[in-house]
Amino acid sequence: MDKFFGPLHVLKDINLEVPRGQVVVVLGPSGSGKSTLCRTINRLEPINSGVIAIDGKDLPAEGKALAGLRADVGMVFQQFNLFAHKTILENVTLGPLKVRRTEKAEAEQRARQLLERVGIANQADKYPAQLSGGQQQRAAIARALAMKPKVMLFDEPTSALDPEMVQEVLDTMTDLAKEGMTMLVVTHEMGFARKAADRVIFMADGEVVEDSTPEDFFKAPKSDRARDFLGKILTH
Amino acid sequence: MDVLLDNSDLYVRGFVTTLQLFALSAVGSLVLGAFLAMLRVSPVPVFRSAGSLYVTVVRNTPLTLVFLFFAFAWNLLEIVRISFFTAAVTALTVYTAAFVCEVFRSGINTVPVGQAEAARAIGLTFGQTLGQIILPQATRSVFPPMVSTLIALLKNTTIAAGFSVFEAGGIRQNLSERGEPVLEGLLWVAAIFVLLVIPLTLLQRALEKRWSVAR
Ligand SMILES: Nc1ncnc2c1ncn2[C@@H]1O[C@H](COP(=O)(O)OP(=O)(O)OP(=O)(O)O)[C@@H](O)[C@H]1O
Ligand SMILES: [Mg+2]
Repeated sequence: MDKFFGPLHVLKDINLEVPRGQVVVVLGPSGSGKSTLCRTINRLEPINSGVIAIDGKDLPAEGKALAGLRADVGMVFQQFNLFAHKTILENVTLGPLKVRRTEKAEAEQRARQLLERVGIANQADKYPAQLSGGQQQRAAIARALAMKPKVMLFDEPTSALDPEMVQEVLDTMTDLAKEGMTMLVVTHEMGFARKAADRVIFMADGEVVEDSTPEDFFKAPKSDRARDFLGKILTH
Repeated sequence: MDVLLDNSDLYVRGFVTTLQLFALSAVGSLVLGAFLAMLRVSPVPVFRSAGSLYVTVVRNTPLTLVFLFFAFAWNLLEIVRISFFTAAVTALTVYTAAFVCEVFRSGINTVPVGQAEAARAIGLTFGQTLGQIILPQATRSVFPPMVSTLIALLKNTTIAAGFSVFEAGGIRQNLSERGEPVLEGLLWVAAIFVLLVIPLTLLQRALEKRWSVAR
């Protein structure tokens, strides 16, 4: 598929297939189109040509059908984007109640299980602003999981966090990967890429430049762009 | 005091009509304004353009011209004949809705875009996103300018007197026909308007307090 912002060609002839259960880490310099790729997959951004299919079903263009398919794609944002006027528990139950039409008691029970799983069960009745960044991001992960998504997208989930909170979020994501969730993760955390990823995709200027396993990519990047990028990232 | 008491029939009749004009056009413009605001934030470009065309045209037209149109020009179109009172309510509604729309829209714009994106990402529809996420967060910043808009509407009802609707704005002329002191009579009109605005201001305070606790 292709994506333009006006005259700017931000995603160029992207052809990507992610099998069920695979954990893909997307790397690339700033402006290479990583966020845009994530956002097009659940159509927060429309694409200009091509198709995006999830579990064999094409994403519809607009309206109710699109909302329905979006529910199958979990998204975790850099800025958490928890609903500021709702408690953590309400954040996690909103989707199941309004989109999946789950019974309230069942939705709450499952939400508490998910909060337990991401380690913030005791924060359920607080508002997002009362939580630390790391706790907010884990709540956001629980909110996405509550929809029982088929795939989870992460757009730099740890970039807005203080360093001491990065690990708790990465641990949550690593657990998720081990449990077999299909994941597409944009991140600069090379430790996570090495440990949890099945596949690394390197993007530059809107194109997929390399597509390989973490071992091959980190040991022997094929392109100059990737070597250059790794050099900059790893010396930090 | 004599002017007020001796002509209480005028004052009562005038202000009852003023309140009717106000109540009907307040409800009408809140509904129409909310609808227009939905158009203006809709994902469909044609709807957005229609909304902003309405606001641009109506907001830049003097209210008297809007009145002229509904009081005189409308019946020449021979669609549905309307009375002067209906014309006044329609003119006030059509005009105020443009301002109400902008109040809603700027309230909506105070809510960070990430909130709507997260709502869409979990599969909420446009209406659910607006109703569950955006409007509850926009409400607080909507109240103060909304009350100002309604106060302006209350005062704008006095234009109807110029279009054959006897309301508070017409009291002065009737007083002078009866040979009563006009200035004193007018001061009473002003005083009653102030009294009418007070509950609106109190409502605004109460709502603001309630919503600041709820968050
Ligand atoms: N809404 C938009 N309108 C216009 N151009 C945009 C928009 N969003 C992104 N772009 C442009 O598209 C290109 C890709 O942006 P994108 O955010 O996907 O990059 P990225 O790889 O996520 O970068 P970063 O690592 O800085 O987050 C950039 O050139 C950016 O300026
Ligand atoms: Mg980005």
